[in-house]
Amino acid sequence: MAHLAHDDRERVKHSPQRSRVWGRSALLLAALSLVLILAAAAGARFGLLLLIGFGLGATLEGLRFGFAGPWRAMILRRDPSGIFAQLLAIALVATAAFPLLAQNGGELIGAHAPIGFAMVGGAFVFGIAMQLVLGCGSGTLVNAGSGNPIALVALPFFAIGSFLGAAHLNWWTALGTVPLAPLSGAAGLGVTLAALGLAAALFWVLADHDNRRLPRRLVIAAAVVALLAIGNLVVAGQPWGVVYGLGLWVAKGASAAGVDLAANPFWGSAAHAERIAQSLLTDVTSLTNLGLIGGAFIVAAWRAGLSQPIPRLPALAWAATIFAGLALGYSSRLAFGCNVGAFFSGISTGSLHGWVWFVAAFAGSVIGVRLRPLLQLEAR
Amino acid sequence: MSLSRKHGVIALFVIIAGLLAFDLSHSAPLDPFRAPAILALGSGQAASGAHCAAAPGS
Repeated sequence: MAHLAHDDRERVKHSPQRSRVWGRSALLLAALSLVLILAAAAGARFGLLLLIGFGLGATLEGLRFGFAGPWRAMILRRDPSGIFAQLLAIALVATAAFPLLAQNGGELIGAHAPIGFAMVGGAFVFGIAMQLVLGCGSGTLVNAGSGNPIALVALPFFAIGSFLGAAHLNWWTALGTVPLAPLSGAAGLGVTLAALGLAAALFWVLADHDNRRLPRRLVIAAAVVALLAIGNLVVAGQPWGVVYGLGLWVAKGASAAGVDLAANPFWGSAAHAERIAQSLLTDVTSLTNLGLIGGAFIVAAWRAGLSQPIPRLPALAWAATIFAGLALGYSSRLAFGCNVGAFFSGISTGSLHGWVWFVAAFAGSVIGVRLRPLLQLEAR
Repeated sequence: MSLSRKHGVIALFVIIAGLLAFDLSHSAPLDPFRAPAILALGSGQAASGAHCAAAPGS
């Protein structure tokens, strides 16, 4: 008996379950160590922002909360459950953000941007491109972190596009914008919540009868994402964003390679030149972007989901992925944000450009969904 | 040998590590003693980060 008990102990000691526990513990320990090292080296705020990014990435990947996929589900199957979750998360953030912004205007800022020709066109193109790669701003980072090959190819071109779009932003904006008029205060919050309710009602009416639901998983995801987004606002002083950080990564490389960015109206302006001179480890959106990738990786590794083979896709699909990546980056700068910076953070902090972005990007998505099979991007 | 997601993630992390190493060697040094307060809320400091929604010149 004692001999058998010893064998059992040995089996447990070397069992796959035990090694999984060790592997998962090591993942969490590594993530926490990175947060603490960054906090010690650069400052507590930056460590906290990386932690928020980890949380966002883990939540989006772990609870399958996204933007491009739910919009596709609505367009193809009239399933609005993911969109209901997005609207719920935005409403939760707005409920906290409006009073915070009203009472702390000097310390906190909203994602407020003007509506204009280029803004609307940018959102429309972004909607097409995000359906081609099935990943928006946050989605591309999360998908890359979980090893999705389409996202891995699209991501560097997304960054290049963001850099170029920002470089040309002044010219595009000069085509025409309407004056900034953000919603604020109790009345602004009331209008925003009512509009979110109306949007939900519209999708409810348009939905297939069997799909009129909001699963508990998505309710939890919406609540966690909202909590982290409010945390981003409180810690950073600005709402959650994605695309500025990606463009900044390329701007730093271009600057170091000898490209004269001082002559560029955007990258040469004092605020952005300062960001280029400082480390990415002190840039708000760069940190949450890195956290999104890391958080998604942790969940994918936790689930042992990294062994999936990379699918074989035709050259046309890879070319479309590269082009869509560039378009995602370029268009999101013209649109003053992606699904996160414009749609999620814009609406939840009272910017009307978030609503216009929503309509234009959804219209683009309808086209993007139809283009995907034509570009041989559907799985075989 | 067929490529899996694991290989893609390894390549991504190598690139990110290279980006950060390059960044640290080409940027102002990190200084935790000159870092902003842990929370912007209540810090008395104006928000200074860059955001994609910020219009040119704002």
